[in-house]
Formats: sequence, structure tokens, C-alpha cells
Amino acid sequence: MSNGRHLAPRPGFVLDVDRNSPPIVFHHGEGFRLEKLPAGRSRVIYPAEPLEGLTDPDGAIRHALDNPIGDSEPLRALLHAGMKLTVAFDDISLPLPPMRRPDIRQRVIEAVLDLAAEAGVDDVHLIAALAIHRRMTEDELRHAVGDRVYDAFAPDGRLYNHDAEDPDGMVVLGETPHGEDVQFNRRAAESDLVVYVNINLVAMDGGHKSTATGLSGYTGLRHHHNVHTMQSSRSFMDQENSALHASNWRMGKVIRDAGVKIFQIETTVNNDTFGREGPLALLQKREWEWSTRDRMQFLAMKAGLDVMPSSAKRKIFSSWQAPYALTSVQAGEVEAVHEVTTANVYRQHLVPVEGQTDVLTMGIPYICPYNVNSIMNPILVMCLGLGYFFNLYRGRPLVREGGVLIMSHPTAWEFHPVHHPSYIDFFEQVLADTTDPVEIERKYEKQFAEDEWYIHLYRNSYAYHGVHPFYMWYWGSHALQHLGRVVVVGGDPAAVRRMGFQPASTLQDALEMASDVVGPQPTVTHIKNPPILMADVS
Amino acid sequence: MKALQFRRNLPRYAAARIAGGFVPGRGASAGPLNLVDIDPPTPPGPDWVKVRPRLSGICGSDLATVDGRSARYFEPLVSFPFVPGHEVVGDLDDGSRVVLEPVLGCVSRNLQPACPPCADGHLGNCQHTSFGDLEPGIQTGSCHDTGGGWATAFTAHPTQLHRVPDDLDDSAAVMVEPTACGIHAALAARVPDNAVVVVLGAGTLGQVSLAALRAFAAPRTILATARYPEQRRMAAALGADLVVAPDEVRRAVRRATGSRAIGAPAIGEASEGVVDRLTGGADVVVDCVGSSSSLADALAVVRPRGRIVLVGMPSEVTLELTPLWHREVELVGAYTYGTESLADGTTRRTFDLATDLVRDADLGRLVTATYPLSRYREALEHAAAAGRRGATKIAFDLRDEKERNDL
Repeated sequence: MSNGRHLAPRPGFVLDVDRNSPPIVFHHGEGFRLEKLPAGRSRVIYPAEPLEGLTDPDGAIRHALDNPIGDSEPLRALLHAGMKLTVAFDDISLPLPPMRRPDIRQRVIEAVLDLAAEAGVDDVHLIAALAIHRRMTEDELRHAVGDRVYDAFAPDGRLYNHDAEDPDGMVVLGETPHGEDVQFNRRAAESDLVVYVNINLVAMDGGHKSTATGLSGYTGLRHHHNVHTMQSSRSFMDQENSALHASNWRMGKVIRDAGVKIFQIETTVNNDTFGREGPLALLQKREWEWSTRDRMQFLAMKAGLDVMPSSAKRKIFSSWQAPYALTSVQAGEVEAVHEVTTANVYRQHLVPVEGQTDVLTMGIPYICPYNVNSIMNPILVMCLGLGYFFNLYRGRPLVREGGVLIMSHPTAWEFHPVHHPSYIDFFEQVLADTTDPVEIERKYEKQFAEDEWYIHLYRNSYAYHGVHPFYMWYWGSHALQHLGRVVVVGGDPAAVRRMGFQPASTLQDALEMASDVVGPQPTVTHIKNPPILMADVS
Repeated sequence: MKALQFRRNLPRYAAARIAGGFVPGRGASAGPLNLVDIDPPTPPGPDWVKVRPRLSGICGSDLATVDGRSARYFEPLVSFPFVPGHEVVGDLDDGSRVVLEPVLGCVSRNLQPACPPCADGHLGNCQHTSFGDLEPGIQTGSCHDTGGGWATAFTAHPTQLHRVPDDLDDSAAVMVEPTACGIHAALAARVPDNAVVVVLGAGTLGQVSLAALRAFAAPRTILATARYPEQRRMAAALGADLVVAPDEVRRAVRRATGSRAIGAPAIGEASEGVVDRLTGGADVVVDCVGSSSSLADALAVVRPRGRIVLVGMPSEVTLELTPLWHREVELVGAYTYGTESLADGTTRRTFDLATDLVRDADLGRLVTATYPLSRYREALEHAAAAGRRGATKIAFDLRDEKERNDL
């Protein structure tokens, strides 16, 4: 079948590349590259096609609220007049790209508020659980919760961004048996009920991480957002083998034991990232199934993008909103809910893959969780490639220990000064000194975390917290430890070298450079992401 | 004798300016500098002695002259034709090695009584420059009567000469004069204890200033700017705690001082997170570049009531002085050397301090390459591109010049 929709979505797929295989589309920032992979020793992992969405999302949400999972009463039974209710929700980092209206959060929050209104609950606050991410703008908040909710709650200050540096707004609820401080939003801690509204895009999201991370601050985050945790996770996308999640789960227990009652609402979306129609639809098709029209359309789009200024390209891509469909919604007790959520995420993302590869290639797209309406700076390129994509595995990494990772991205030496001020300094000062995560953590983290100016910008402007670029670097520390070399195709050589990686002009050059490390005729695996896939490596 | 001579020749001066604008140092090929055979200078007085240079350094001010970039300020302060070269280690006829303290003060000019600064040993501040028995010229190397170091011989007043200790080789000795400049700047900076000091520029002046700041002040942090890898390495070796690229200095000083920052408002763009200038900043900035850009950086990163020391020779600059006024910043020059007052209340000649510092900090290693006079064009282009080519100080080596031994 060469075009159109299939009767049933096809699962993920591993293509063995032969001489007849067409060139493969690599994401390359706000552009694309067509790459021919070596025949006979290469394979391409394709994501599953989008699962069918729920036909009645609002009905499914109401059903979930009335039929909770685990040790929880239905939401309406937990609501009563005179109570203090806090609704916390995932921030701008989810989903990616932002989804078309109505956002799932809007649907869920409206359903929750309807029940609260029925129960006569007046004291309701809505908090964007952004931890130390940047604050959301009014437009972004409106997009997430809808105009009706925004106009009802924001004007009198009942809808706002979490502020992890507000000295009066944060409390420490206790300490885990591992000595981890559990820092929490005071309003949430003092509420009779916290309803958390999640969008679970990848397996890392959700569970206790929603609140233990999303409503925390540096005092709490440093216990799991660190190099040791990242290097001890296999991987942080696999919560069963993730030290990051283990820490969050310990913190979740402390939160619960401190008397904070959480009603968790988790949702999953399908893989319909680029749509079944429209200019980007062919990114969800497999190359050998492209029609002549697809090929013409792609070549025209690529030619246009290749000559377009980066600011114009950024504007075009930033305007893209994914037609994601809701594939599941479940509510109730955190851990029970999350177990079902994770199964639904895996249902969409997991692709069985046999064995590891010598060289892993990946095209890095224009967006990651931390550059929505912003610039994908080099640190975020590293984080997306060596952090998120590398860790999208269960079992074993896709690439063998000592193997080579080849990323494709322009990696421009460019930063958004409003959103990423400390990133600039991290890139200029810290990486100029060392790229070793352990050394970076020891020598620089505290200084950046406590820098008054960064804190001021985080609280009053739209800046990521001063310590955030450190976490981005730590996110890639497992990969840095595991890999023999990292090569970036088509990147700014100076920026690539600053990160300790090697620049290459073409994929062929990169493969030759890889051969220096892994030997001649290496096996090559390309992870074709996004749409998102997670390799289940046997 | 053989000498590089600079003549007054306006068309060639213009050609040098154009050529130097394309390729720094290229003014040597197009301009009024020529390798010539001339008579040795006639001693202006009975006390004057002949110096036969061994090594003679190329300084930033020399390059500005060669490339036609010198300020017009100097026009009445030089006498043509002149032989450049003021960083000199040479031999006297009695076989002793000396370094030249090139400033031509009242004593050299045979002016009696000496002006107050000269009387106090501050020769660089002489109030009688261009008067007396000598033609105009603030230093040997810009005065027709004395000749200069880019020759096989020149003449010097004995008070200009300092004997070189035997343990200093020629490379070390030729660094004494620029090092004295660095020491004078470091002391003019009046660095408070525990201060944050910024040194802009990592050429010769930047490097010796770093060494001097480490030796004669007690700052908490010295932050230096350097454009090239070798400059960065050397700056760190000589005492900089942090070395950054010039365009990174504002953010780096903000971090080092814990200051907040202000971004200039731009139409349609947010200014938060942009670092145009600091609200606090460094206690002292030592500007070893002297350009509009470096001075703008200095004013952007110095704290209110902080001090900027201008060491690099400026020409005409364009500068927004509002911050100087608003933040009550001191901007002081640091020209050459003389006599220094030290923290312990003693006074010493800057050249004596410099001799010690050159030895202690091994500053002779800054001399990266030497050339014979006949290859002066290459030498000057190398000096003009020193940082990029991994060099710091380029010098003429006259020890094997045939004419030198015939004199």
C-alpha cells in the first residue's frame, strides 16, 4: 500500500537495508537530509503507526474520574465544599510538538472543575508544574488549559506557574530513607487534594515523577537529577531499571506519608505527530512507500528549507501543532494509574530489536522538551540525542559499549537569551573547561544553581533555572560513559567540538570516522524518531 | 650601520595605512619603513654611549606606526627620520650587557633643573618632553637623535641603561621593558585585596600585566580575555583564574562577581537574559587593548566606583561615556614606568622590579620568534599576527649582523 490510511495501524518495524532500499530521511533540525545507509549491514527502526484514538475523549475522561484505579475513591467523592483543591498540570514541555486545540489538559481540567463546581469547591488553584523549567506565557497557558479556564482563574491569581524559588512558596515535607529532601509546592502540600493532570508522551513521564519533580525545586531535584543517578539508570526511560524513577518513587512515598493526597490523572497520545495529511505527513510514511507525489513534495520542501533563513524556518516549524489523539486516560492512585499508562505508552512505542549495533545513527529534529517556541541550542541537541533518544531503549542500549553515535543536526552556536541565559554561560565557560559530567557537577553546579541573576530571571522572566543546562548535560552522561565516540553530521564545527564531539560534513565521512573506533564495515542502526519509538533490545 | 628607518613620507604613510588595513603588519612593505645603511647617530652629549642591540622587540605601538595607525597626537612628539625599537637588550663597548629604559626625560634632554615628575623618578610623566638638547621624541625609538633598537647601533644616556644580571639570557632581558609596563599598570590599578580583576587582551602587555597583578596585588579572581589557544594557555599559566573569549567577557564577569545584568531594550525583542552591561561588576579592569570595543567592554563590566586602567595604546576611539559618569568609574592611563611606591612603603625603580619578575615568572618564554633585520617584513607581519600564529613577542635578533661587529 503506497498511501492513505491502513485498516489497522502497523507496529514498529526493523528494515534491513539492501541495495534496493531508498535513501532514508534524517531529521536535521528545521530541515532534513536524505541519507543512503550501507547495504548489507544497516537497518532502520521505524516507529509504529499511530494507534487509533479514543472516539469519545471527554466521555473517556469522565469515565476515568468516576472509575479510579487502585486505592482511590472516584474524584467526585473526594470533593466537598470548603476544601482546598489544587490542580497541577504538565507544562510546556509536553506534548511535543504542542498539540492542536483542545489540548488534553484542557479537556481533563474542565472535567475536574465541573465536578469541583458540582461539589461546591471554591478554593481551587491551578498550577503549571514546571519545576525549574521556564514559566509559561499567557498564550501557552491558554493553549494548555483553554480560554474558559484561563479567564476564570488567571485574572485573580488562581492559575499560575509553579515557582520553585519562592521562599514562602516551598516546603520540605521530609526525607527519604536515602537522605533525599522532598521539597514541595506549599499550596499543593497544604491542599486537601492535589489533582495532577498529566500527558504521558514517553515512558519517562508520569507516576510520582509528576509531583515529586514537577512541584519541586533545586533542593529536591538535585537528589535525582545528577550524574550518578543517570549513569545508574538502564535506562531512565525504563522505570523498572531507572534510578531516577526509584528516587522519585521514594519521594512519592514521603509525600503520601506527609498527608498529601494525590488524585493522578494520566493520559497517553498516539504517534500522530505530523498528521496523516499536510506537508509533514510523509514523515510518518516509510520511504519505500512514498508515492511520486510524496517524493516531489519532499524534494520541494527540502529545497525550500535549505535556502531559507533559520529564523524563518524556526517560525514555520514552531507553528506546527500535532493532531495527537488520546489513546488512554486513567485516574486514581498514582502507582496503579501509572502502571496502566506505561503499558499504553509501550503499546504505541515499543519496537522489538534484535541485538546491538556498532554505530547508531539518528536525525535530531527541531524540537525537544526545552525549546518549545524557542531555539534548539547545542546543549539541547546533546540532551535530545545522548539523553532522550539514546535512552529510548529497554533491555540494552541499541549501540554496543564503545560504539559510535552519529547525530545529524545543524547544531548552530545559537541560544535564546531569554529562555536559556545560563545555557549560554554553561556553553561558554563550563564546557570550555571540561565536558566530563562528574567534574562539571562537582565544580560548577552549585554556583549556577544559586546564582541570583538566574534565579531572578527564572522567577520574573521566562528563563530556565540556572542549573537546568547541567541537568541537560547529565541526561547524556550514561551515553557519554557508554560510547566510544560521538559524531555530528552537518553541525557547526566549533559548537560540536566545544561539546567534545567530532564534526563531519557528510554521513559517509562520519561512518569513516566511526570506523576508526569500531573497526571497518561496522553494523549500522538508524533510529527513525520522531514519531517516537522505544527499542526493546534483546 | 644597518637600520630600519622610518621617514616622513605622506604618500607612503597612506599606502601603509591601506596595506596594514588589509593585512596587519603589511604596512612594512608599502610604507615609509626601509632597511638602510646609515651613519651611527652622533652622541648628543659627552656622557652618551653606544649600544649595540642583541635583541630588539617589536611592540604594539611599533606596529601601529608601521601600519599608519598611530594617533596624530604623536606627530609633534617624534622627529624624522627615526629608527624604531625601544625594547632592547644590547652590548656596551666595555662588554657589559644592558637593557634600555627608553623614556627620554629631563636628564637625557640635559634640562636643568628636572621637572617635578622626573625629579621624583616618574620619567614617563616628564613635563618637558620634546624640549632640551634632543629633537622631539618621547622615547628612544621615536627620536631622530638617539637612533633606535632596530639597528646595529644606537646611542643612549647612561641613566637609560640597566645592567643585565648574568643569569638572565637575552630573551628574558628583552622582556624587561614590556614587563615594566605591566608592573606599572598593575600598581596603577590599586587593586583592593580580594578584588575581582579583569585583564582585557592577552598579547604581550596582557600577559605581563597578568604576571604583575599576581606578583604585586592580592586579587581574589583574575579573569582574562584571550582570542587564541596559545594566549589562553599562557594567560592561565601566568595567573589568570579564568580565561574567556573577548565576546564572552561580559557574561563571564557577571558570573565571577555574582552581579546582575541589564540588556539594552530592543524594539520587538525581550532584553531579559541579555548581558549588555552589569549592575555590579569587577573592581578593576586592566585594558591592554585600548580599542573602542575593549573600552566599551571595560565600562560594561566594571563596578560602580571601580577603576579602569588603560595600558594598551589607544588611538581615536568612539565611546559612550554615560556609564563612566553615572557609575563614577575612574579611567586612568598607565604609560611606561619610572619609580613605584610599593605596599610596604618602599620605592623601587620599575625596571628593577621588572628584572626580578621576568626571572621569577620566566617571562623570557614569551619571546616566540626572532628574525634578522633583513627579514623585517616577515617579522612585522608575524608580530601583527602573533596571537593567531601562536606567538607572543617577536624580536629582531642582531647578534649575527655583520655590521654590528664592524662598528
